[in-house]
Amino acid sequence: MRSRGSSNWRIRMPHVFVWMCSTGAAFADTAHPLSPTNIFAPASTPAKSIFGLSMFVLAVTGAIFVVVFMLLLYSVVKFRKRKNDDGREPPQVYGSNQVELAWTIIPILIVVALFMATARVIAIVQKQKRLDNAIEVVAIGHQFWWEYRYPALGVVTANELHVPVSDDKHPTPTFIQLLSADTDHSFWVPRLAGKTDLIPNHPNSMWIDPHEAGIYLGQCAQYCGTQHAKMLLRVYVQPRADFDRWIQEQHQSATVSNAASQGQRIFETTACINCHSVAGTVADGHFGPDLTHLMSRDTIAAGAATNTSENLRQWILNPNAIKPGSLMPAMQLSDQDLDALTAYLETLR
Amino acid sequence: MSTESVAWPSPAAESRSFVEQLHEWITTVDHKRLGILYIAYALFFLVVAGIEATVIRIQLIRPHNDFVSPQVFNRLFTMHGTTMIFFVVMPVLFGFANYLIPLMIGARDMAFPRVNAFSFWMTAFGGLLLYFSLVGANGLYGAGNAPDVGWFAYAPLTSRTFSVGHSTDFWTLALLVSGFGSIGTAINIIATVLCVRCPGMTLAKMPLFAWLNLIMADLVILAVSPLTAAQLMLLVDRYLGGHFFDTQAGGSAVIWMHFFWVFGHPEVYILILPAFAFVSEIVPVFSRKPIFGYSVMVGATVAIGFISMSVWAHHMFTVGMSFAANTFFVISTMAIAVPTGIKIFNWLATMWGGKIEFRTPMLFCIAFLFQFLIAGLTGIMQGAAPFDWHLGSSYFVVAHFHYVIVGGILFALFGAFYYWFPKMSGKMYSETLGKLHFWLFIIGFHLTFDFMHIPGLLGMPRRIYTYEPGRGWDTWNFIVTIGVFFQAAGILVFLGNLIWSYYRGKAAGSDPWDAWTLEWSTDSPPPAYNFFSIPTVQSRRPLWDLKHPEDPDWKYE
Repeated sequence: MRSRGSSNWRIRMPHVFVWMCSTGAAFADTAHPLSPTNIFAPASTPAKSIFGLSMFVLAVTGAIFVVVFMLLLYSVVKFRKRKNDDGREPPQVYGSNQVELAWTIIPILIVVALFMATARVIAIVQKQKRLDNAIEVVAIGHQFWWEYRYPALGVVTANELHVPVSDDKHPTPTFIQLLSADTDHSFWVPRLAGKTDLIPNHPNSMWIDPHEAGIYLGQCAQYCGTQHAKMLLRVYVQPRADFDRWIQEQHQSATVSNAASQGQRIFETTACINCHSVAGTVADGHFGPDLTHLMSRDTIAAGAATNTSENLRQWILNPNAIKPGSLMPAMQLSDQDLDALTAYLETLR
Repeated sequence: MSTESVAWPSPAAESRSFVEQLHEWITTVDHKRLGILYIAYALFFLVVAGIEATVIRIQLIRPHNDFVSPQVFNRLFTMHGTTMIFFVVMPVLFGFANYLIPLMIGARDMAFPRVNAFSFWMTAFGGLLLYFSLVGANGLYGAGNAPDVGWFAYAPLTSRTFSVGHSTDFWTLALLVSGFGSIGTAINIIATVLCVRCPGMTLAKMPLFAWLNLIMADLVILAVSPLTAAQLMLLVDRYLGGHFFDTQAGGSAVIWMHFFWVFGHPEVYILILPAFAFVSEIVPVFSRKPIFGYSVMVGATVAIGFISMSVWAHHMFTVGMSFAANTFFVISTMAIAVPTGIKIFNWLATMWGGKIEFRTPMLFCIAFLFQFLIAGLTGIMQGAAPFDWHLGSSYFVVAHFHYVIVGGILFALFGAFYYWFPKMSGKMYSETLGKLHFWLFIIGFHLTFDFMHIPGLLGMPRRIYTYEPGRGWDTWNFIVTIGVFFQAAGILVFLGNLIWSYYRGKAAGSDPWDAWTLEWSTDSPPPAYNFFSIPTVQSRRPLWDLKHPEDPDWKYE
C-alpha cells in the first residue's frame, strides 16, 4: 500500500547514494513506517511536497558525495608516499585557472537547480489558497499542552486535534492558526506537514489535508521550558461523518449524575476552577485544558499518560510524579475526596 | 631587565619557585604564553562540557530513562552548548591564532600585547562567571542554579516571568564579558596581520593561515557586536523595565532570534575558518606540495566572509517568514556552498600528485575533509527551506552541526595540536598514541553522529529530556550513546599523549616536518623574541626557498 508519490521516487533513486539516502529509501514506506513520526511517510499534501523535494535534494547531494568521496579516496591511495620513495619532492604545482573555473561554475549550476526546485515547493506550501469549506482551527501553545479552538464550530478542546479526511473528491483541508499563550512552541506532526512555530505576539498559520484516517503523532519541536519533552501532539483524522459526530458531541454541555455531585462540589470549591472550564457549570478557568469532555480523550497531560481512572487519580494527587515541572499544582486532597473528584471527572464525557 | 625574562623557557626559569612562575604566567603579555593559556583553558572546559554531553547521552540511552531530572537535563544542554562554543572552541582557536600568527608573519609579538592579555582574562573570567551560576544563581528564589534556556536562549523564555532567579543573568553576563575579550582579540589579530608583517611579506605572500584568521577576526567584530547589543537589551528588559523581547507588552520574540542568529551564523564561520587555516597549512606539508590555487583560496575565504553575513535567517525557516524572505535565505545559504566547495576541491588538488605521509596530523586532516564534505551536504539539505521544516529543531540538525563542529573543527584542531605540539613544547609527541587517539575518536565520532541523523528523520525533536517508546528511536539513541564512550577514551589518550610527551618526548628540533613557513625557522619552543633577527621573505614558502635555492618559489609566484 505504498503511496504513488513515494514509489515513483524509489524507482528513480539508484542504490549507490549516501548511507542517509539509502536509509531514506528504506524508511519511505507509508504502509509500514519505521516510526509513526517518519518524515518519509507523508500522508498530507504539504508533507508530500516536502517529501518530493527531499528526495531530489538527497539525490543531488548523494551524487556529489559519491564523486568527491571517490576523488578523495583515489588521491589518498594513489598518491601515498611509497616504501621505495626516492626522497625527492614531487612536482610543485601552484594552481590551474581552468580547473578552478570548472569547479566554480559546476557548483553554481547545481545551486541554481536546487534553488528553483526549493522555491517551487515553498510556493506550493506557503501560497496555498484557503478553500471555503476548509476547517478552521486555532491552536494555542501553552506550557506544556495544546489548546484547540474551532471558532466556526464553537468547539474548544485540548491536546487531541480532530480533523476530517480530505480526499481528491471532497477536499476539506484544515487551516490551523498558531498562537502562543506564553513561550515559543512548534507544531510538528511529521507525516502531515513540516513544523511551524507558535510564537507569542506573532500569529502563524499552516495547513494540512490528511488523505487517510488514523491517529498521527508528533510533539512540540521548539524548546519551551521544563516539560518540552512531554508536550505531545495527537491528530485524529476521521472520516467526515465521524468528525461531524465528534463535533456534535463536543457541543453538548456536561451532564452530571447525582452520584458524582460530591466530586463536583470538591471540583468547584478547590482551586481546580481557577484554571479549568466545564461548560454548563461555574467552572470557567482558562489557564488549563477545558475539561467538559475530558473522557472523550485517550490521553491526559498532553499525551504524557493514558486516560485511565488510575492515571487520572495519580495526576490529581501529584502531577509532578507523571510530568515533573508541570504547572498544575498538587491539590493535597484526602483519599476520599480524591476518589469523589475522580468519579466526577469520569462523568465528563 | 635580565636576559632570563626574555628567554623562555630557560634553565633559570625552571629553577624559580612555583609562585614566581605563576606570577610570570598571570602577568605575561607574551603572545606565545597567552596562546598556551587560551589553549589550556579551553582544554579544561572541553573536559567539563564533554562530561555534560556524556550525562546527556546517558539520559537518552533508552526511552523514559530517569538518570537526571528534566530540570537538570535542560541545564546540561544549555551549559554544554554555551561552554563548547564560547569557552572551548573560540578560546582554543584564539590560542592557536595568538601563538602562530606572529611566528608565521615574522613578528616579535602581536600588535597590542596588553590588549591581548586583557582579552584573554576577560574570556577566562567570562567562563568562570558562567560556572559561578552553580553557586550564585539561586538567589532568594529557590530557582534553578545553572542557566536552562538553551544556548540560543529564545525570548520570552529568558524574561523574568519564565526565568526567575539569576541563572539567565549569569548566562548573559558571561557572554557579555567574554564577548569583550573576543572583540579585543579580533582587533589585535587584524592589526597584527595588517601592520607587523616582516619585510617582503606582502598580503599576497602571507601564509593562508594568516589570511583565514584575518577574515575570522573581521567576522568576530561584525558578529559579536550584535550579540553584545542583544545581551544588553535583555538585561534592560530584565532589570530596567524594558520591553524589547517582552511579548506580553508588545515586544517581539522574533527580534531576539534575528539578533541571535545574525551573530550565530557568522559564528559558525568564525569557528570553521581557523579550522580551514589548520588544514591549509597541514595538507600541503604532508603532501609535499604548495597549496593549490592560493589566490582562489583567498578569494573563496573573502566570499565566505561576505556571504556568511547574509544567511542567518536559515535558522528561522520555521518561524513563519514570508515567501520572499524564505527564498532569499535559501539562495544565500546555498550560495555559500560554492566557495566552500572550491576550498574542498583545492585541498584535494593539493594532495593530487603529491607524496602523502600519513602522520597523525594528516590523518586528522583527511578525516576532516571526509566529514566536512558530509556536513556541507547535510547543510545543503537544510538550506532547502521545506526540507528544513522537518529537519530544523530535530536531531538531524543536532547531528549536522556536530558534524561541522566535531567532525570538521575538532578534527582539524587535533591535527593542529599534533602538528604544532613539537613547536610549542620542543618535544615530539608519541605517534603510536596519536594514531590510537585518531582511531578511537573516529570510531566514536561516526557511531555517535552518523546514527544521530536517523532519529531526526524519524521525527525526534532536539532538547527533549526523554522520549516515548514505540517511535522507532530507541536503537539509534542506544548506538549514539555507545559512541560517546569511544570519543571519551580518545580524548583521554590525547590528553595523556600531550602530558607524557611534554615530559618524556624526544627533542623535536626546530623543523620536524621539513615545513615551509617561518615558525619552523626558529627554535622549538621559540624564544620570547621569536626570531634572532627579523626575517625577510620573497615568497609564500620562505623555507622552501632556503632549502631549494636552485628552484625557489619566488620565480613562479
